[in-house]
Amino acid sequence: MELDTGATAWMLMSASLVLLMTPGLALFYGGMVRGKSVLNMMMMSFGAIAVTGVVYVLWGWSMSYGADVAGIFGNPFDQFGLSGAIYDDAGEFIIDDFGVPAIVGIGFQATFAIITVALISGAIADRVKFGSWLVFVGLWVTVAYFPMAHMVWGGGLLSPDGPFASIATPIDFAGGTVVHINAGAAALVLALVIGKRKGFGSEPMRPHNLPLVMLGAALLWFGWFGFNGGSAFTADGTAGLAWVNTTAATCAAILGWLVVEKLRDGSATSLGAASGVVAGLVAITPAAGALSPVGSVVVGAIAGALCAFAVSLKYRFGFDDSLDVVGVHLVAGLWGTVAIGFFATESGLFYGGGASQLAVQVIIAVIAVLFSGVVTLVLALAIRPLGWRVSEEAEVSGIDLAVHGETAYENSGSTITEAR
Amino acid sequence: MKLVTGIVQPHRLDDVKTALESAGVRGMTVSEASGYGRQKGHTEVYRGAEYTVDLVPKVRVEVLVADADVTAVTDAMVGAAQTGKIGDGKVWVVSVDDVARVRTGEHGDAAL
Repeated sequence: MELDTGATAWMLMSASLVLLMTPGLALFYGGMVRGKSVLNMMMMSFGAIAVTGVVYVLWGWSMSYGADVAGIFGNPFDQFGLSGAIYDDAGEFIIDDFGVPAIVGIGFQATFAIITVALISGAIADRVKFGSWLVFVGLWVTVAYFPMAHMVWGGGLLSPDGPFASIATPIDFAGGTVVHINAGAAALVLALVIGKRKGFGSEPMRPHNLPLVMLGAALLWFGWFGFNGGSAFTADGTAGLAWVNTTAATCAAILGWLVVEKLRDGSATSLGAASGVVAGLVAITPAAGALSPVGSVVVGAIAGALCAFAVSLKYRFGFDDSLDVVGVHLVAGLWGTVAIGFFATESGLFYGGGASQLAVQVIIAVIAVLFSGVVTLVLALAIRPLGWRVSEEAEVSGIDLAVHGETAYENSGSTITEAR
Repeated sequence: MKLVTGIVQPHRLDDVKTALESAGVRGMTVSEASGYGRQKGHTEVYRGAEYTVDLVPKVRVEVLVADADVTAVTDAMVGAAQTGKIGDGKVWVVSVDDVARVRTGEHGDAAL
Protein backbone atom coordinates (compact mmCIF):
# COMPACT_ATOMS: atom_id res chain seq x y z
CA MET A 1 0.00 0.00 0.00
CA GLU A 2 1.27 3.43 -0.90
CA LEU A 3 1.57 6.16 1.72
CA ASP A 4 -1.49 8.46 1.88
CA THR A 5 -0.18 11.68 3.34
CA GLY A 6 -3.65 13.18 3.86
CA ALA A 7 -4.85 10.19 5.84
CA THR A 8 -1.57 10.07 7.76
CA ALA A 9 -1.82 13.75 8.68
CA TRP A 10 -5.37 13.26 9.94
CA MET A 11 -4.40 10.21 12.01
CA LEU A 12 -1.46 12.05 13.61
CA MET A 13 -3.83 14.91 14.39
CA SER A 14 -6.45 12.51 15.75
CA ALA A 15 -3.94 10.80 18.03
CA SER A 16 -2.93 14.21 19.39
CA LEU A 17 -6.57 15.18 19.93
CA VAL A 18 -7.30 11.97 21.84
CA LEU A 19 -4.22 12.45 24.02
CA LEU A 20 -5.53 15.93 24.91
CA MET A 21 -8.72 14.34 26.25
CA THR A 22 -7.01 12.97 29.36
CA PRO A 23 -5.70 16.34 30.61
CA GLY A 24 -9.21 17.58 29.72
CA LEU A 25 -10.61 14.80 31.89
CA ALA A 26 -8.29 15.94 34.69
CA LEU A 27 -9.93 19.39 34.55
CA PHE A 28 -13.43 17.92 34.24
CA TYR A 29 -12.93 15.66 37.27
CA GLY A 30 -10.73 18.15 39.16
CA GLY A 31 -13.41 20.82 39.21
CA MET A 32 -15.98 18.36 40.52
CA VAL A 33 -14.11 17.33 43.68
CA ARG A 34 -13.53 19.43 46.78
CA GLY A 35 -10.75 22.01 46.82
CA LYS A 36 -8.63 19.92 49.18
CA SER A 37 -8.31 17.03 46.72
CA VAL A 38 -8.27 18.61 43.27
CA LEU A 39 -4.55 18.00 42.68
CA ASN A 40 -4.79 14.31 43.55
CA MET A 41 -7.77 13.99 41.22
CA MET A 42 -5.83 15.57 38.38
CA MET A 43 -2.73 13.52 39.19
CA MET A 44 -4.73 10.32 38.80
CA SER A 45 -5.25 11.29 35.14
CA PHE A 46 -1.66 12.39 34.61
CA GLY A 47 -0.44 9.23 36.37
CA ALA A 48 -2.61 7.14 34.04
CA ILE A 49 -1.01 8.87 31.05
CA ALA A 50 2.50 8.21 32.36
CA VAL A 51 2.10 4.52 33.23
CA THR A 52 -0.04 3.55 30.24
CA GLY A 53 2.18 5.35 27.74
CA VAL A 54 5.16 3.28 28.87
CA VAL A 55 3.26 0.00 29.16
CA TYR A 56 1.73 0.47 25.71
CA VAL A 57 4.99 0.54 23.81
CA LEU A 58 6.36 -2.39 25.85
CA TRP A 59 3.51 -4.91 25.62
CA GLY A 60 0.23 -2.99 25.18
CA TRP A 61 0.23 -2.90 21.41
CA SER A 62 1.31 -6.53 21.18
CA MET A 63 -1.42 -7.68 23.58
CA SER A 64 -4.03 -5.73 21.61
CA TYR A 65 -3.04 -6.42 18.03
CA GLY A 66 -0.32 -9.08 18.22
CA ALA A 67 -0.66 -12.80 17.47
CA ASP A 68 -4.04 -14.05 18.73
CA VAL A 69 -4.28 -16.26 21.82
CA ALA A 70 -7.66 -18.02 22.08
CA GLY A 71 -9.49 -14.99 20.68
CA ILE A 72 -9.04 -13.16 24.01
CA PHE A 73 -5.71 -11.34 23.88
CA GLY A 74 -2.65 -10.87 21.73
CA ASN A 75 0.66 -12.50 22.65
CA PRO A 76 2.55 -9.82 24.63
CA PHE A 77 5.89 -11.17 23.38
CA ASP A 78 4.88 -11.24 19.71
CA GLN A 79 5.70 -7.57 19.19
CA PHE A 80 7.18 -6.71 22.60
CA GLY A 81 8.67 -3.22 22.56
CA LEU A 82 7.03 -2.74 19.15
CA SER A 83 9.60 -5.07 17.56
CA GLY A 84 8.39 -5.97 14.10
CA ALA A 85 5.51 -3.49 14.36
CA ILE A 86 7.21 -0.48 12.80
CA TYR A 87 9.41 -1.64 9.88
CA ASP A 88 9.05 -4.39 7.32
CA ASP A 89 11.82 -6.80 6.36
CA ALA A 90 13.23 -4.29 3.89
CA GLY A 91 13.56 -1.68 6.65
CA GLU A 92 10.68 0.43 5.27
CA PHE A 93 7.83 1.73 7.43
CA ILE A 94 4.92 -0.68 7.39
CA ILE A 95 1.91 0.98 5.73
CA ASP A 96 -1.60 -0.16 6.70
CA ASP A 97 -4.61 -0.73 4.40
CA PHE A 98 -5.54 2.97 4.56
CA GLY A 99 -2.08 4.14 3.46
CA VAL A 100 -1.13 5.17 6.99
CA PRO A 101 2.15 4.02 8.58
CA ALA A 102 1.50 1.38 11.26
CA ILE A 103 3.47 3.40 13.81
CA VAL A 104 0.89 6.21 13.52
CA GLY A 105 -1.89 3.75 14.30
CA ILE A 106 0.06 2.52 17.32
CA GLY A 107 0.23 6.05 18.69
CA PHE A 108 -3.49 6.54 18.05
CA GLN A 109 -4.39 3.32 19.89
CA ALA A 110 -2.13 4.12 22.85
CA THR A 111 -4.13 7.27 23.55
CA PHE A 112 -7.33 5.19 23.80
CA ALA A 113 -5.84 2.94 26.46
CA ILE A 114 -4.74 6.05 28.40
CA ILE A 115 -8.14 7.77 28.50
CA THR A 116 -10.00 4.53 29.29
CA VAL A 117 -8.14 3.74 32.50
CA ALA A 118 -8.11 7.42 33.50
CA LEU A 119 -11.92 7.49 33.30
CA ILE A 120 -12.12 4.98 36.17
CA SER A 121 -10.44 7.40 38.62
CA GLY A 122 -13.62 9.47 38.98
CA ALA A 123 -15.30 6.63 40.87
CA ILE A 124 -12.68 6.55 43.62
CA ALA A 125 -11.92 10.25 44.10
CA ASP A 126 -10.36 11.75 47.23
CA ARG A 127 -9.33 8.54 49.00
CA VAL A 128 -6.87 6.28 47.16
CA LYS A 129 -3.11 5.92 47.63
CA PHE A 130 -1.36 7.32 44.57
CA GLY A 131 1.09 4.39 44.38
CA SER A 132 -1.70 1.82 44.51
CA TRP A 133 -3.49 3.70 41.73
CA LEU A 134 -0.39 3.61 39.51
CA VAL A 135 0.00 -0.13 40.11
CA PHE A 136 -3.68 -0.60 39.29
CA VAL A 137 -3.34 1.41 36.07
CA GLY A 138 -0.48 -0.73 34.77
CA LEU A 139 -2.20 -4.00 35.66
CA TRP A 140 -5.72 -3.01 34.60
CA VAL A 141 -4.76 -1.98 31.09
CA THR A 142 -2.87 -5.28 30.86
CA VAL A 143 -5.63 -7.62 32.02
CA ALA A 144 -8.75 -5.64 31.05
CA TYR A 145 -8.11 -3.02 28.37
CA PHE A 146 -5.70 -4.77 25.99
CA PRO A 147 -7.72 -8.02 25.96
CA MET A 148 -10.96 -6.09 25.35
CA ALA A 149 -9.33 -4.10 22.54
CA HIS A 150 -8.09 -7.38 21.07
CA MET A 151 -11.47 -9.06 21.35
CA VAL A 152 -13.37 -6.22 19.67
CA TRP A 153 -10.85 -4.59 17.33
CA GLY A 154 -7.94 -7.03 17.11
CA GLY A 155 -9.72 -9.96 15.47
CA GLY A 156 -10.83 -11.64 18.72
CA LEU A 157 -14.10 -13.13 19.99
CA LEU A 158 -16.24 -9.98 19.74
CA SER A 159 -14.84 -8.75 16.44
CA PRO A 160 -16.29 -9.17 12.95
CA ASP A 161 -14.04 -12.26 12.73
CA GLY A 162 -15.47 -13.79 15.91
CA PRO A 163 -18.23 -16.38 16.43
CA PHE A 164 -21.04 -13.84 16.94
CA ALA A 165 -20.54 -12.45 13.46
CA SER A 166 -22.66 -15.36 12.22
CA ILE A 167 -25.68 -13.53 13.75
CA ALA A 168 -24.66 -10.08 12.53
CA THR A 169 -21.40 -8.15 12.34
CA PRO A 170 -20.82 -6.60 15.80
CA ILE A 171 -20.39 -2.81 15.61
CA ASP A 172 -18.22 -0.84 18.03
CA PHE A 173 -16.97 2.08 15.96
CA ALA A 174 -14.80 3.89 18.51
CA GLY A 175 -15.13 2.15 21.84
CA GLY A 176 -18.56 1.72 23.44
CA THR A 177 -17.53 -1.68 24.78
CA VAL A 178 -13.74 -1.35 24.83
CA VAL A 179 -13.65 2.10 26.42
CA HIS A 180 -16.87 3.10 28.14
CA ILE A 181 -18.52 -0.13 29.26
CA ASN A 182 -15.08 -1.40 30.19
CA ALA A 183 -14.24 1.67 32.31
CA GLY A 184 -17.77 2.00 33.70
CA ALA A 185 -18.01 -1.60 34.91
CA ALA A 186 -14.52 -1.35 36.42
CA ALA A 187 -15.54 1.88 38.16
CA LEU A 188 -18.54 0.19 39.77
CA VAL A 189 -16.42 -2.70 41.04
CA LEU A 190 -13.69 -0.42 42.41
CA ALA A 191 -16.19 1.88 44.15
CA LEU A 192 -17.66 -1.19 45.87
CA VAL A 193 -14.32 -2.75 46.85
CA ILE A 194 -12.68 0.49 48.01
CA GLY A 195 -15.75 1.85 49.80
CA LYS A 196 -17.24 5.26 50.39
CA ARG A 197 -15.52 8.50 51.22
CA LYS A 198 -15.74 9.54 54.87
CA GLY A 199 -18.96 11.47 55.20
CA PHE A 200 -20.46 10.33 51.89
CA GLY A 201 -24.17 11.14 51.95
CA SER A 202 -23.94 13.21 55.13
CA GLU A 203 -21.27 15.86 54.53
CA PRO A 204 -21.47 18.36 51.67
CA MET A 205 -19.26 17.36 48.73
CA ARG A 206 -20.27 19.85 46.14
CA PRO A 207 -18.03 20.61 43.15
CA HIS A 208 -15.47 23.26 44.09
CA ASN A 209 -14.88 24.83 40.65
CA LEU A 210 -17.52 24.53 37.93
CA PRO A 211 -15.63 26.70 35.40
CA LEU A 212 -12.88 24.02 35.48
CA VAL A 213 -15.54 21.40 34.79
CA MET A 214 -16.84 23.39 31.81
CA LEU A 215 -13.31 23.84 30.45
CA GLY A 216 -12.67 20.12 30.86
CA ALA A 217 -15.90 19.26 29.06
CA ALA A 218 -14.92 21.56 26.18
CA LEU A 219 -11.49 19.90 25.85
CA LEU A 220 -13.05 16.44 26.01
CA TRP A 221 -15.49 17.36 23.25
CA PHE A 222 -12.71 18.81 21.07
CA GLY A 223 -10.53 15.75 21.64
CA TRP A 224 -13.44 13.46 20.88
CA PHE A 225 -13.36 14.53 17.24
CA GLY A 226 -10.07 12.67 17.05
CA PHE A 227 -11.54 9.78 19.00
CA ASN A 228 -14.54 9.27 16.71
CA GLY A 229 -13.36 11.01 13.54
CA GLY A 230 -10.02 9.22 13.77
CA SER A 231 -11.75 5.88 14.15
CA ALA A 232 -12.48 6.00 10.42
CA PHE A 233 -8.69 5.44 10.18
CA THR A 234 -8.51 7.79 7.21
CA ALA A 235 -9.68 11.25 6.17
CA ASP A 236 -12.85 10.38 4.26
CA GLY A 237 -16.63 10.60 4.30
CA THR A 238 -16.94 8.18 7.21
CA ALA A 239 -14.72 10.47 9.28
CA GLY A 240 -16.93 13.39 8.32
CA LEU A 241 -20.08 11.43 9.17
CA ALA A 242 -18.59 10.50 12.55
CA TRP A 243 -17.72 14.17 13.15
CA VAL A 244 -21.27 15.37 12.42
CA ASN A 245 -22.91 12.50 14.31
CA THR A 246 -20.67 13.21 17.31
CA THR A 247 -21.71 16.85 17.30
CA ALA A 248 -25.42 16.16 16.73
CA ALA A 249 -25.66 13.57 19.50
CA THR A 250 -23.73 15.70 21.96
CA CYS A 251 -25.84 18.79 21.37
CA ALA A 252 -29.03 16.77 21.81
CA ALA A 253 -27.66 15.18 24.98
CA ILE A 254 -27.06 18.60 26.55
CA LEU A 255 -30.70 19.45 25.90
CA GLY A 256 -31.87 16.05 27.17
CA TRP A 257 -29.98 16.42 30.45
CA LEU A 258 -31.09 20.04 30.97
CA VAL A 259 -34.77 19.28 30.36
CA VAL A 260 -34.69 16.57 33.04
CA GLU A 261 -32.96 18.94 35.45
CA LYS A 262 -35.33 21.81 34.81
CA LEU A 263 -38.39 19.63 35.36
CA ARG A 264 -37.01 17.68 38.33
CA ASP A 265 -34.75 20.15 40.17
CA GLY A 266 -35.98 23.52 38.97
CA SER A 267 -32.79 24.76 37.27
CA ALA A 268 -30.82 23.91 34.16
CA THR A 269 -27.27 23.82 35.57
CA SER A 270 -23.82 24.26 34.08
CA LEU A 271 -22.76 20.95 35.63
CA GLY A 272 -25.76 19.37 33.90
CA ALA A 273 -24.70 20.81 30.55
CA ALA A 274 -21.11 19.60 31.00
CA SER A 275 -22.38 16.17 32.05
CA GLY A 276 -24.75 16.08 29.09
CA VAL A 277 -21.80 16.74 26.79
CA VAL A 278 -20.01 13.66 28.10
CA ALA A 279 -23.15 11.48 28.10
CA GLY A 280 -23.78 12.32 24.44
CA LEU A 281 -20.16 11.78 23.44
CA VAL A 282 -20.10 8.41 25.18
CA ALA A 283 -23.36 7.19 23.61
CA ILE A 284 -22.37 8.14 20.05
CA THR A 285 -18.87 6.65 20.36
CA PRO A 286 -19.75 3.08 19.30
CA ALA A 287 -22.32 4.31 16.78
CA ALA A 288 -20.67 7.32 15.13
CA GLY A 289 -19.99 5.57 11.82
CA ALA A 290 -23.24 3.59 11.61
CA LEU A 291 -26.00 6.13 12.26
CA SER A 292 -27.57 8.99 10.35
CA PRO A 293 -27.22 12.48 11.87
CA VAL A 294 -30.95 12.48 12.70
CA GLY A 295 -30.65 9.08 14.35
CA SER A 296 -27.68 10.49 16.29
CA VAL A 297 -29.84 13.33 17.62
CA VAL A 298 -32.36 10.81 18.97
CA VAL A 299 -29.68 8.58 20.51
CA GLY A 300 -27.98 11.62 22.07
CA ALA A 301 -31.14 13.13 23.53
CA ILE A 302 -32.07 9.83 25.14
CA ALA A 303 -28.51 9.44 26.48
CA GLY A 304 -28.63 12.86 28.13
CA ALA A 305 -31.98 12.25 29.81
CA LEU A 306 -31.11 8.68 30.80
CA CYS A 307 -27.83 9.67 32.46
CA ALA A 308 -29.44 12.62 34.26
CA PHE A 309 -31.58 10.02 36.03
CA ALA A 310 -28.83 7.40 36.33
CA VAL A 311 -26.49 9.61 38.37
CA SER A 312 -28.95 9.43 41.29
CA LEU A 313 -28.74 5.64 41.50
CA LYS A 314 -25.62 5.72 43.68
CA TYR A 315 -27.56 7.37 46.50
CA ARG A 316 -30.33 4.80 46.26
CA PHE A 317 -27.95 1.85 46.24
CA GLY A 318 -25.42 3.43 48.59
CA PHE A 319 -22.17 3.16 46.61
CA ASP A 320 -19.84 6.11 46.30
CA ASP A 321 -19.15 6.36 42.58
CA SER A 322 -17.89 9.84 43.37
CA LEU A 323 -18.03 11.51 39.96
CA ASP A 324 -20.61 9.23 38.30
CA VAL A 325 -18.43 7.09 36.06
CA VAL A 326 -21.11 4.41 36.27
CA GLY A 327 -24.03 6.78 35.79
CA VAL A 328 -22.47 8.40 32.74
CA HIS A 329 -19.95 6.05 31.10
CA LEU A 330 -21.46 2.64 31.86
CA VAL A 331 -25.06 3.74 31.26
CA ALA A 332 -24.39 5.80 28.11
CA GLY A 333 -21.88 3.18 26.88
CA LEU A 334 -24.51 0.44 27.20
CA TRP A 335 -27.17 2.63 25.61
CA GLY A 336 -24.99 3.63 22.66
CA THR A 337 -23.86 0.06 22.03
CA VAL A 338 -27.41 -1.31 22.14
CA ALA A 339 -28.90 1.68 20.27
CA ILE A 340 -26.91 0.60 17.19
CA GLY A 341 -29.29 -2.37 16.99
CA PHE A 342 -32.19 0.04 16.54
CA PHE A 343 -30.66 2.98 14.67
CA ALA A 344 -27.91 1.59 12.39
CA THR A 345 -28.91 2.73 8.92
CA GLU A 346 -27.78 -0.50 7.25
CA SER A 347 -28.90 -3.12 9.76
CA GLY A 348 -30.94 -1.54 12.57
CA LEU A 349 -34.42 -2.62 13.64
CA PHE A 350 -35.92 0.79 12.86
CA TYR A 351 -34.45 0.70 9.36
CA GLY A 352 -35.91 -2.69 8.44
CA GLY A 353 -32.81 -4.65 9.35
CA GLY A 354 -34.54 -7.05 11.72
CA ALA A 355 -33.42 -7.95 15.24
CA SER A 356 -30.14 -9.71 14.51
CA GLN A 357 -28.00 -6.55 14.84
CA LEU A 358 -29.77 -5.72 18.11
CA ALA A 359 -29.13 -9.24 19.40
CA VAL A 360 -25.42 -9.14 18.65
CA GLN A 361 -25.06 -5.66 20.17
CA VAL A 362 -26.70 -6.87 23.41
CA ILE A 363 -24.39 -9.89 23.43
CA ILE A 364 -21.18 -7.88 23.09
CA ALA A 365 -22.39 -5.34 25.67
CA VAL A 366 -23.20 -8.03 28.25
CA ILE A 367 -19.91 -9.84 27.64
CA ALA A 368 -18.02 -6.54 28.03
CA VAL A 369 -19.73 -5.83 31.38
CA LEU A 370 -19.05 -9.33 32.69
CA PHE A 371 -15.46 -9.49 31.47
CA SER A 372 -14.50 -6.10 32.85
CA GLY A 373 -16.41 -6.66 36.11
CA VAL A 374 -14.82 -10.01 36.89
CA VAL A 375 -11.29 -9.10 35.84
CA THR A 376 -11.42 -5.82 37.77
CA LEU A 377 -12.77 -7.54 40.88
CA VAL A 378 -9.90 -10.04 40.91
CA LEU A 379 -7.40 -7.23 40.36
CA ALA A 380 -8.92 -4.96 43.02
CA LEU A 381 -8.74 -7.76 45.58
CA ALA A 382 -5.19 -8.63 44.53
CA ILE A 383 -4.05 -5.05 45.14
CA ARG A 384 -5.71 -4.93 48.58
CA PRO A 385 -2.58 -6.06 50.47
CA LEU A 386 -0.82 -2.93 49.13
CA GLY A 387 -3.54 -0.80 50.73
CA TRP A 388 -6.07 1.06 48.63
CA ARG A 389 -6.96 3.89 50.96
CA VAL A 390 -5.08 6.75 52.53
CA SER A 391 -5.46 7.18 56.30
CA GLU A 392 -8.72 8.59 57.59
CA GLU A 393 -6.86 11.65 58.85
CA ALA A 394 -5.28 12.28 55.43
CA GLU A 395 -8.65 11.92 53.74
CA VAL A 396 -10.39 14.33 56.09
CA SER A 397 -7.65 16.96 56.15
CA GLY A 398 -7.10 16.67 52.38
CA ILE A 399 -5.33 14.13 50.21
CA ASP A 400 -3.43 16.82 48.25
CA LEU A 401 -1.24 17.82 51.19
CA ALA A 402 -1.04 14.32 52.69
CA VAL A 403 -0.06 12.48 49.50
CA HIS A 404 1.46 15.07 47.18
CA GLY A 405 2.84 17.57 49.69
CA GLU A 406 1.14 20.52 48.04
CA THR A 407 -2.16 22.37 47.99
CA ALA A 408 -4.02 23.84 45.03
CA TYR A 409 -5.11 27.05 46.65
CA GLU A 410 -3.51 29.40 49.15
CA ASN A 411 -5.52 29.25 52.35
CA SER A 412 -5.31 32.08 54.83
CA GLY A 413 -2.42 31.52 57.18
CA SER A 414 -0.37 29.25 54.93
CA THR A 415 2.62 31.58 54.82
CA ILE A 416 5.85 30.37 53.27
CA THR A 417 8.40 30.50 56.08
CA GLU A 418 11.53 29.31 54.37
CA ALA A 419 12.76 29.23 50.80
CA ARG A 420 15.53 26.89 49.78
CA MET B 1 -13.67 57.61 68.17
CA LYS B 2 -15.89 54.86 66.86
CA LEU B 3 -15.55 51.93 64.53
CA VAL B 4 -18.57 51.60 62.24
CA THR B 5 -18.84 48.11 60.75
CA GLY B 6 -21.38 47.21 58.12
CA ILE B 7 -22.15 43.74 56.73
CA VAL B 8 -23.93 44.43 53.45
CA GLN B 9 -25.01 42.74 50.25
CA PRO B 10 -22.07 42.55 47.81
CA HIS B 11 -24.09 44.25 45.06
CA ARG B 12 -24.70 47.29 47.32
CA LEU B 13 -20.99 47.96 47.89
CA ASP B 14 -20.59 50.62 45.18
CA ASP B 15 -23.55 52.63 46.49
CA VAL B 16 -22.30 52.31 50.07
CA LYS B 17 -18.87 53.57 49.04
CA THR B 18 -20.35 56.55 47.20
CA ALA B 19 -22.64 57.45 50.12
CA LEU B 20 -19.77 57.24 52.61
CA GLU B 21 -17.60 59.48 50.47
CA SER B 22 -20.48 62.00 50.29
CA ALA B 23 -20.70 61.87 54.07
CA GLY B 24 -17.06 62.93 54.28
CA VAL B 25 -15.45 59.56 54.90
CA ARG B 26 -11.93 59.52 53.47
CA GLY B 27 -10.95 55.88 53.98
CA MET B 28 -12.42 52.49 54.60
CA THR B 29 -11.54 48.80 54.73
CA VAL B 30 -13.57 46.34 52.68
CA SER B 31 -13.34 42.57 52.97
CA GLU B 32 -15.24 39.58 51.67
CA ALA B 33 -17.31 37.86 54.32
CA SER B 34 -19.84 35.08 54.48
CA GLY B 35 -22.63 34.43 56.90
CA TYR B 36 -26.35 34.39 57.38
CA GLY B 37 -29.03 36.12 59.38
CA ARG B 38 -32.75 35.69 59.27
CA GLN B 39 -32.79 34.85 55.57
CA LYS B 40 -30.77 31.66 56.31
CA GLY B 41 -29.03 30.11 53.31
CA HIS B 42 -30.26 28.64 50.06
CA THR B 43 -30.22 25.26 48.33
CA GLU B 44 -28.10 24.26 45.36
CA VAL B 45 -28.52 21.11 43.26
CA TYR B 46 -25.58 19.28 41.68
CA ARG B 47 -26.38 16.26 39.49
CA GLY B 48 -29.64 15.83 41.37
CA ALA B 49 -28.03 15.99 44.86
CA GLU B 50 -29.34 18.88 46.93
CA TYR B 51 -27.02 20.91 49.16
CA THR B 52 -28.07 23.51 51.71
CA VAL B 53 -25.64 26.41 51.60
CA ASP B 54 -25.86 28.20 54.99
CA LEU B 55 -23.26 30.86 54.45
CA VAL B 56 -24.00 33.35 51.72
CA PRO B 57 -21.49 35.89 50.45
CA LYS B 58 -21.48 39.35 52.08
CA VAL B 59 -19.15 42.32 52.16
CA ARG B 60 -17.77 43.83 55.38
CA VAL B 61 -17.18 47.61 55.31
CA GLU B 62 -15.25 49.15 58.21
CA VAL B 63 -14.86 52.87 58.83
CA LEU B 64 -13.15 54.70 61.71
CA VAL B 65 -14.92 57.99 62.52
CA ALA B 66 -14.82 60.82 65.05
CA ASP B 67 -17.60 60.70 67.65
CA ALA B 68 -19.40 63.68 66.06
CA ASP B 69 -19.70 61.93 62.67
CA VAL B 70 -21.10 58.61 63.86
CA THR B 71 -24.76 59.26 63.14
CA ALA B 72 -24.16 60.70 59.68
CA VAL B 73 -21.87 57.82 58.66
CA THR B 74 -24.14 55.14 60.07
CA ASP B 75 -27.17 56.64 58.36
CA ALA B 76 -25.30 56.91 55.06
CA MET B 77 -24.27 53.26 55.23
CA VAL B 78 -27.73 52.00 56.15
CA GLY B 79 -29.41 54.18 53.55
CA ALA B 80 -27.17 53.05 50.73
CA ALA B 81 -27.22 49.34 51.63
CA GLN B 82 -30.96 49.08 52.07
CA THR B 83 -33.12 47.22 49.55
CA GLY B 84 -35.92 46.45 52.03
CA LYS B 85 -35.55 42.72 51.50
CA ILE B 86 -34.46 40.12 54.01
CA GLY B 87 -30.67 39.62 53.93
CA ASP B 88 -29.74 43.32 53.67
CA GLY B 89 -27.27 42.98 56.55
CA LYS B 90 -26.35 44.85 59.75
CA VAL B 91 -24.44 47.96 60.77
CA TRP B 92 -22.97 48.33 64.25
CA VAL B 93 -20.83 50.82 66.14
CA VAL B 94 -18.16 50.15 68.77
CA SER B 95 -15.98 52.54 70.75
CA VAL B 96 -12.28 52.71 69.90
CA ASP B 97 -9.69 53.61 72.58
CA ASP B 98 -7.01 54.92 70.27
CA VAL B 99 -5.94 55.06 66.63
CA ALA B 100 -2.43 55.54 65.28
CA ARG B 101 -1.48 56.55 61.73
CA VAL B 102 1.43 54.33 60.78
CA ARG B 103 3.10 56.81 58.39
CA THR B 104 3.37 59.72 60.86
CA GLY B 105 2.86 58.20 64.26
CA GLU B 106 -0.05 60.60 65.02
CA HIS B 107 -2.63 59.45 67.58
CA GLY B 108 -6.32 60.04 68.26
CA ASP B 109 -8.61 62.19 66.08
CA ALA B 110 -5.58 63.51 64.19
CA ALA B 111 -4.96 60.01 62.87
CA LEU B 112 -8.44 59.61 61.38
